[in-house]
Amino acid sequence: MEPKVLLKMKNIHKSFPGVHALKSVDFELRAGEVHAILGENGAGKSTLIKVLGGIYTPDEGEIYIEGKKVEIKDVVTAQKCGIAIIHQELVLVPYMTVGENIFLGREPMKGKFVDRKKLHEEAQKLLDAYGMDIDARTMVGKLTIAKQQMVEIIKAISCQSKILVMDEPTSSISDKEVSFLFNTMRTLTAKGVGIIYISHKMSELDEICDRVTVMRDGSYIATEVVKETTKDRLISMMVGRDLKNYYTRDYANQGEVILKCENISDNHMVKGASFELRKGEILGFAGLVGAGRSELMKCIFGLTKNYTGDIYLDGKKVNIKSPTEAMRHGIALVPEDRKHEGLYLIQSVKFNTTIEVLKEFIKFIHVNKNKEEEITQRYIDMMATKTPSTKQLVGKLSGGNQQKIMIGRWLATSPKILILDEPTRGVDVGAKSEIYAIINKLAKEGMSIILISSELPEIINMSDRVYVMRDGKVMGCLGHEEVTQEKIMKLAAR
Amino acid sequence: MDQVSRKKKSFISNLKDSFIQWIKENIGIIIALIILCLFLSLNPVTKHSFLTLKNVFNVLRQISSNLFLACGMTMVIILGGIDLSVGSVIALSGCIAAGAVSRYGLPLGVAIILGLIVGLVVGMFNGFVISKTTIPAFIVTLATMNIAKGLAYVYTGGSPVRVVTKEWQFLGAGYIGIVPTPVVILIIVLIITSFIMNRTKTGRYIYAVGGNAQAARFSGINVAKVKFFVHAYSGLMAGLAGVVLASRMYSGQPTAGEGAEMDAIAAVVVGGTSMSGGFGKIGGTIIGGLIIGVLNNGLNLLNVNSFWQYVVKGVVILLAVFIDYFKNRKA
Repeated sequence: MEPKVLLKMKNIHKSFPGVHALKSVDFELRAGEVHAILGENGAGKSTLIKVLGGIYTPDEGEIYIEGKKVEIKDVVTAQKCGIAIIHQELVLVPYMTVGENIFLGREPMKGKFVDRKKLHEEAQKLLDAYGMDIDARTMVGKLTIAKQQMVEIIKAISCQSKILVMDEPTSSISDKEVSFLFNTMRTLTAKGVGIIYISHKMSELDEICDRVTVMRDGSYIATEVVKETTKDRLISMMVGRDLKNYYTRDYANQGEVILKCENISDNHMVKGASFELRKGEILGFAGLVGAGRSELMKCIFGLTKNYTGDIYLDGKKVNIKSPTEAMRHGIALVPEDRKHEGLYLIQSVKFNTTIEVLKEFIKFIHVNKNKEEEITQRYIDMMATKTPSTKQLVGKLSGGNQQKIMIGRWLATSPKILILDEPTRGVDVGAKSEIYAIINKLAKEGMSIILISSELPEIINMSDRVYVMRDGKVMGCLGHEEVTQEKIMKLAAR
Repeated sequence: MDQVSRKKKSFISNLKDSFIQWIKENIGIIIALIILCLFLSLNPVTKHSFLTLKNVFNVLRQISSNLFLACGMTMVIILGGIDLSVGSVIALSGCIAAGAVSRYGLPLGVAIILGLIVGLVVGMFNGFVISKTTIPAFIVTLATMNIAKGLAYVYTGGSPVRVVTKEWQFLGAGYIGIVPTPVVILIIVLIITSFIMNRTKTGRYIYAVGGNAQAARFSGINVAKVKFFVHAYSGLMAGLAGVVLASRMYSGQPTAGEGAEMDAIAAVVVGGTSMSGGFGKIGGTIIGGLIIGVLNNGLNLLNVNSFWQYVVKGVVILLAVFIDYFKNRKA
């Protein structure tokens, strides 16, 4: 028997001034399936979701829910149609309890007052039914991101939602939490809920998704059954051309040790980590979320003041107490969270590119604007960043281009050691591939690169050697000829 | 072409570029200012009094104090903070400078420097606490606002400190050529402030810290130092405003500068600086200050009841901000 079709979107068009964001997009979701939407940034995924969620009204096209034609005019109609969207940025109220959040706006009443007792009992029942180890009376702000996500899911279920949209739910949670999330998703689909799943991580498709729809430049490209397609096929559909070399890596003879760290601790997340970095190599750092990789790098970059342990640069012991000193020693750190730790979103490409090298063109009150422009252009070219001009506000660029601006800024400091913390997070496949090629080129030119990543294929395909961390310690080192996902996980997992 | 003349030419074309950019960025409030001026120069009641050299200088003299404060305030607000203490600092520094002359007979120069130092010290204190802790600037400067005001009352016993020395008035009420002294000082201060903000590393760092303090830390910017500098500068500007005002009023008054911080904030915000930090220009603040100054002057010339003046001022501030809001929303 053909499974029931929950949602059908037909011939959806949506234009904004200057952009045709959706061009005749079709989409279908069946009961009990997880249906992934793939596409590069700007492909139209989020616009499609916003049409579904009632945030945008389509210019043209029809939407059918369980065969009935509906018009989703606003968010409330969407909710009435049984559509729930779990956004990348969670929208819970941190200073309310889990139960209060779940029933926000539909609290059980006792006369004129909210029946808090009943509210929390009902919430707890729901949480228990899905095997979630969460107390309905805890403040949401005290929960981990993963648990907050679970609360959002329960909230959606309690609204009798049949169509659940999840926008990159695994981008900020650990592997263990991911597997719990996937289990919960399976429980839901078993009950006939349809899930639309948006993710940049190709590796998750096999694990959780049944079908996948690919979008490109606002157009519908194809829908495939995950088991019957290949990753390469999907990527070429997304990018619109064959990406022959997704990863670019020329392994070279390694130089002498340039950086040596011994027994680094920060009295918190890092507990006695040691490693060596050679000239011209790409050194991978793998591990679960919370293994202390980023924190270790923050010590080396002088962002953590009270660390212990020894750092040797070119065999000489150094004492790095601030980012300025680290930069003077030729170290650069491209942070993992580009919105909060990296970019000045309301400032121009020029401002963002040159903020660390102002001394090259500002002398007291004289600004050499030509030099400033030249430096900016040099790194736009080097990173192949797509921007209309050097005056463009960085906040208006796509994730991939923002990342390139940030890497370019750090390259402008002419580092000898470049630390990249999750350099491809939230970056589309095309830009990812370009970033890999750039990293490879830099290493070939003699720069030493430390690559922290949660995407194992990235680590495995790019690194000369891979250090695996767990609980703030370095558990082992794997050469590029021997490294596999299994070997890494064996070292990384508790 | 020889080197010097080429340099000169590029300087002039640079200046032209910045001027055109300044007009573009502030077109909304510039139009508002022009409409206001046109209204006052065409209105039968004010057309003979508004556009006279005397009145124009009078307006500029009056807005100078507000714009001194607004120079510091622009930086503070771009940093994402606020400085509520400046109004009280006007009173304190004015009283101390006036007292130095009339009570202790110190030379004028020393008295002026003393007044400036008072402002600087309050600003440095603000900056120290704000940069070393995570206490919001609002709270810290609210406290120093009260402390400075209290000290001014304690020092004077609540009554004005009169200065009879004739030269004392030069700073606030005197002229250099035909231009009032405070206007000359204002132009110098505006040039210095705009140079700091647009042409120095410190200026860029202010925008960086205000736009994203965490990112600034990762960029190796000394965030604490930037915050300290900005608040110290704001204090110094308040000290300057206090001394100039005390000179204009022939006395240091403990009630001077009441609510002056609000006028300064209004000038900054009308000038298009974002209260959430990271964005704004001193060029906008100048227009903002002019609008508020011309408005005050116009309402007086029109003989509007002073109670109603507050209402009109509030409405105009709202209007100016609305224009900006709709302009940005379209963009």
